Amino acid sequence: MGILAGKKALIVGVASNRSIAWSTAEFMHQQGAELAFTYLDDKLKKRVDKIAAATNSDIVLPCDVNSDQQIEDVFTELKKEWDGLDIIVHSVGFAPRELLQGTYLDNLTREGYRIAMDTSSYSFAALGKAGREMMQGRDASLLTLTYLGAVRAMTNYNVMGVAKAALEANVRYMAHALGADGIRVNGISAGPIKTLAASGIGNFKSMLDHVAKAAPLKRNVTQEDVAKVAAFLSSDWANGITGEITYVDAGYNIMAMTEVGD
Amino acid sequence: MSDVENKVKEIVVEQLDLDIEVSDLNNSSSFVDDLGADSLDTVELVMALEEEFECEIPEEDAEKITTVQQAIDYVTENA
Repeated sequence: MGILAGKKALIVGVASNRSIAWSTAEFMHQQGAELAFTYLDDKLKKRVDKIAAATNSDIVLPCDVNSDQQIEDVFTELKKEWDGLDIIVHSVGFAPRELLQGTYLDNLTREGYRIAMDTSSYSFAALGKAGREMMQGRDASLLTLTYLGAVRAMTNYNVMGVAKAALEANVRYMAHALGADGIRVNGISAGPIKTLAASGIGNFKSMLDHVAKAAPLKRNVTQEDVAKVAAFLSSDWANGITGEITYVDAGYNIMAMTEVGD
Repeated sequence: MSDVENKVKEIVVEQLDLDIEVSDLNNSSSFVDDLGADSLDTVELVMALEEEFECEIPEEDAEKITTVQQAIDYVTENA
């Protein structure tokens, strides 16, 4: 029996087999969870269909998190399949590519800022709001993925860091708002991982090289490293944890004045 | 077939989920026009090449890699 036996989980944010959400789905399935998935658009559907098939799931629903209607439809459909929901994994973020190049203010626009905030931060609150009814009274868990750029200024990460800061504040406010319903809300701050989303961040490989030298564990983290903590935080083993950001980053965030040699 | 050519073709077949043998893949095939890749597939293909050949392919170069032969040439020259 896995630590998620009997749990029903909705996975939002699979783009490819490199996605953190993909590995999280695999590991949650391995730990006994029953899964449902959403996909952004038809281009991504065939990819999400693959992970659904691999995890014995036949619930694959369209959801552009920028649309209130589509979010509502997801839960309407889900209610037809399941009598309740225990877990939501939110692994979604977007900012217009040009805003992730140069320093923060170089390419910043009001519209770009709005898009980054809406897609990367509001979407988590929107899922919590829409999913609340199905998750009430079940020791349920909402989980999102964030990054160190939320609390430190980082080259190239720019508006995404500002959006992630709002996302981390969302974790705390949502934990407060949903605690009385027995719903926990947490975030994982993962070290850099080469996913499709990361391909939009300038000079990504140099970030990986730097972490491998500077992090206490002298390596980068993998999707599997994150997936295991995601499963733990979504399980009853973490029943006393809410409103927290857990770092899965080989310890990188604790360091200052790192010696990285040549 | 050279080692590089063979490896590139293996990556293309795997990444684009092609139902053909590596030896049947034409060097002149275009990822998008002939092999059905979408924009996400091509980004991931470049990521897979970077990993396999331990190199970094800048965006402006990646945009020019549109066929199997171009990928082989790029890796041969830069990795």
